Amino acid sequence: MTPAPAQPRAMLAVEAVHTFYGHIEALAGVDLEVRHGEIVTLIGANGAGKSTLLMTICGNPRAAHGRILFEGEDITSLPTHAIVRRGIAQSPEGRRVFPFMSVFENLQIGASVADPTRFEEDLERVFGLYPILRARREQRAGTLSGGEQQMLAIGRALMSRPRLLLLDEPSLGLAPMLVKQIFSIIREVNERERMTIFLVEQNAYHALRLAHRGYVLANGRVLMSGSGQELLANPEIRAAYLEGGTR
Amino acid sequence: MSAAAAPALLTVEHLTMRFGGLVAIDDVSFAAADREITAIIGPNGAGKTTVFNCLTGFYKPTVGRLTLRHPHRGAFLLERMEGYQIPQRAGVARTFQNIRLFPAMTVLENLIVAQHNELMRASGYTVYGLLGLPGYRRAEADAVERARHWLARTGLADRADWEAGNLAYGAQRRLEIARAMCTRPVLLCLDEPAAGLNPRESAELTELLLRIREEEAIGILLIEHHMDVVMQISDHIVVLDYGRKIADASPQQVRHDPAVIRAYLGEDDDEALPPEVARDLTPRGDGR
Repeated sequence: MTPAPAQPRAMLAVEAVHTFYGHIEALAGVDLEVRHGEIVTLIGANGAGKSTLLMTICGNPRAAHGRILFEGEDITSLPTHAIVRRGIAQSPEGRRVFPFMSVFENLQIGASVADPTRFEEDLERVFGLYPILRARREQRAGTLSGGEQQMLAIGRALMSRPRLLLLDEPSLGLAPMLVKQIFSIIREVNERERMTIFLVEQNAYHALRLAHRGYVLANGRVLMSGSGQELLANPEIRAAYLEGGTR
Repeated sequence: MSAAAAPALLTVEHLTMRFGGLVAIDDVSFAAADREITAIIGPNGAGKTTVFNCLTGFYKPTVGRLTLRHPHRGAFLLERMEGYQIPQRAGVARTFQNIRLFPAMTVLENLIVAQHNELMRASGYTVYGLLGLPGYRRAEADAVERARHWLARTGLADRADWEAGNLAYGAQRRLEIARAMCTRPVLLCLDEPAAGLNPRESAELTELLLRIREEEAIGILLIEHHMDVVMQISDHIVVLDYGRKIADASPQQVRHDPAVIRAYLGEDDDEALPPEVARDLTPRGDGR
């Protein structure tokens, strides 16, 4: 029972986590880990519990049992704002931008826990990734198109300079050309800035190709894990999540 | 202008929508037929959802005429109608890109609310309902029956008593379709129904939409970015870019239209796909 070493092996460790909505058990004992510098993808059908897991990591809803460790520290019972201050940011499913605030204000909010002296630099980086946001800078976020709101949600998460970035369906609602672009942005942020990324995606093929490792979630449990390549090559995974036909 | 023999279910003529100095839609005309799936595609911010908002009364178009020819009730000029009359009288129903269910109501309740107009009429605006007259009870039973029917069709029957907000994202999208269908539309407008679905689930959605088109004999307008879905089920495709129509043709023609490839589809650079995966990912019925 010695305390964890200074540099724990996993950046994020989820241990036997159970989460409930009322009586419904959405997560039924999930174990997984995300290591420093990795891109880890979580795939699974709708209702498997993927978004619930990301939200549980951020403390809302709270895990009913089990532990969540971030860099060795138990964050299971921390309030969400304290979790964000530790260096975790999430781009939630379905955008959730602040509709009555401008694009710029949304990005400011994202930066509220980051080092203020680097605000301009971070802003330029987000505008560099998504030039359309610069053009829409003073526009209310609620008047953006759906795809633009998606870009804003990711930009807002990047503004906090997280060490662990949680992306819930980043390709949702994006045009085909932008879908390709979003995956190259994720790789670039990971490689250039050593940002660790935990990604939930329905676009399983692209996501697994991008990821170092992946987990498959079904009915609130981890069904399988392995490298992105292994999972892509697995016939069961292909049948369940990659092939289009129901045959 | 319309050359077709039978007038279309929906005719959009010279639709323009300005927000201050921003021209979101610029002189767009197209038609959508009965028993057909018409897709509207285009880059993010092209004005696709704005078209839906004009059709369903969320916006009053700056310019343009939107004619819906109801098979039983005659023609309606949608741009002149109050928003709430559009589903009720003209029979146009929609779903939302950013889901808008009643999250704290159950799945079944969401579908009953969709039938509020008929139920209110049957209840004599509350009175008969309070007295529990048979006419109202029949109407209520019908409403529940229709809700059950659409729950079964959308694969949500076992979730009827869940709070809608607790459903997974993809299930919420299906519930929005069920809710729209409970209003008995003649034109169903779907805003990115396959967003958040994995390939298998989108294949199920595809089947559901084809069945709705056949069995309900209605027209479907579809905004969608999943090209496997769009190319597989659309009878024709309208392409928007910066608020303008840049193409209006069959899936085969649109797929190879250089302007559409430049603005939207992008060059096909998936040569890195391992062949066995590429084969799996190719939409059925499309060799290559």
